[in-house]
Amino acid sequence: MVLGRVIGNVVSTIKHDCYKNKKLALVKPISPDNKLKSGVQVAVDLVGAGKGDTVILSSEGRAAEELCGFSSRMPLRTLIVGIVDSLESDVK
Amino acid sequence: MKLGRVVGKVWATAKDDQLNSVRLALMQPVDEHEKPAGKIVVAADTINCRDGDIVYWVGGSEATSPYHDRRIPSDVTIIGLVDKLNT
Repeated sequence: MVLGRVIGNVVSTIKHDCYKNKKLALVKPISPDNKLKSGVQVAVDLVGAGKGDTVILSSEGRAAEELCGFSSRMPLRTLIVGIVDSLESDVK
Repeated sequence: MKLGRVVGKVWATAKDDQLNSVRLALMQPVDEHEKPAGKIVVAADTINCRDGDIVYWVGGSEATSPYHDRRIPSDVTIIGLVDKLNT
């Protein structure tokens, strides 16, 4: 899992069935010293994160399958699985 | 999942049986400002998107399972159309 910052959300009507009734967030990976890294991910938000929140991002299909309650493989891999309250880091 | 812009179509007659009736699109991965981010790829298109559409796609092994009855030999599969990006 990696740390990320929610920078917005995605509105989408035409999509795969497994995305029905799921919130989609735009998440940018961050380093432990709070700097935004390159790249942006579209993530299914299971925890109700808002814009500006620091979150934990999981990018694994089997984890997504488990947490969303799917009975077979689905084309979904990136999930927000937690909101970070505080972070202590010695990384310089 | 990541963002991309559809920039074209690909037709192929001789292809793996599992790809029969799967549309193929050319897609430019983009960032949150819809600016190009990376190289153009051939993607399996499950939503019937058109040129210029902003879409989201899944890569890796999850790209093989958009259909319930079979696995497709794809590593980039378009699975949703973006109506609006709120940033």
